[in-house]
Amino acid sequence: MLVLYGQKLSSRLLLGTALYPSPAVMADAVKASGTEIVTVSLRRETAGGKSGGQFWSLIQSLGVRVLPNTAGCHSVSEAVATARMAREVFGTDWIKLEVIGNHDTLQPDVFGLVEAARILASEGFEVFPYTTDDLVVAERLLDAGCKLLMPWCAPIGSARGPQNPDALRSLRGHFPGVPLIVDAGIGRPSHAASVMELGYDAVLLNTAVAKAGDPVAMASAFGKAVEAGREAYCAGLLEPRDMAVPSTPMIGMAAFS
Amino acid sequence: MKLIVNGQSHEVAAATLAALLVELDFRGSWLATALNGDVVQAKERDRCWLTEGDRIEILSPMKGG
Repeated sequence: MLVLYGQKLSSRLLLGTALYPSPAVMADAVKASGTEIVTVSLRRETAGGKSGGQFWSLIQSLGVRVLPNTAGCHSVSEAVATARMAREVFGTDWIKLEVIGNHDTLQPDVFGLVEAARILASEGFEVFPYTTDDLVVAERLLDAGCKLLMPWCAPIGSARGPQNPDALRSLRGHFPGVPLIVDAGIGRPSHAASVMELGYDAVLLNTAVAKAGDPVAMASAFGKAVEAGREAYCAGLLEPRDMAVPSTPMIGMAAFS
Repeated sequence: MKLIVNGQSHEVAAATLAALLVELDFRGSWLATALNGDVVQAKERDRCWLTEGDRIEILSPMKGG
């Protein structure tokens, strides 16, 4: 069973709530995926506006845990302030920490990320850091107080799937007891299954479901892929071999000449 | 008094953050507020006195990935 900051979870899929055709489709996709954690954000409210309240009511009706994010923050101070406000609104110490370092690639500013993680962990936050697949950065994040890591496998929204499986494998090997969640870059259920087969603990995705032709069906497909990948990892995968190995026994072959 | 609320200039009469929310019609238990970059919890808003030029952020839940 997956345990994140002491919380036991049955599902290994975390799902974003953005980019869906409608709030109703989002809600149906969340249900179809089987996820128990959804990511949410904070944005400026308009005077007299009720959209935030309506969205929050819908999320609460789904009976899932929320993981607030600091998406769009480009500095430590922005991310820390947003995290503190998220704790106030959502009533959770969980925070998906994003400190973006580049507008084009949306890759994390890993230096700011470590600094922000240290500040927030010292304030009792349970930090889910969106990071790269860099091993040394991962060590720094753990030193800063993070109890899990969320490396990307490709840029946010790119749908490219794992670009550097060796780096993901290296992280898994170095941190056998740390929950590892692939966050960002997943495009297809097979991508999700492949990182789960590497021994990753969970997958966080949004765009691949929300922008699918049928988001609800795709949410279901991802739920199955994540489960299949995990089951395969636990079952013990056959390693690739250089030469062919017959599966049918050769003993007892008939001789016709 | 002139304030910057969510990036826009406002001329207001309110003296506290709580009064400002009422004056500008921001209502709801789901709102989060910050004054000059520092978070102000809901229970502290009526003791949060405002001064000319203060920057206030008023945020609410939004979809996110």
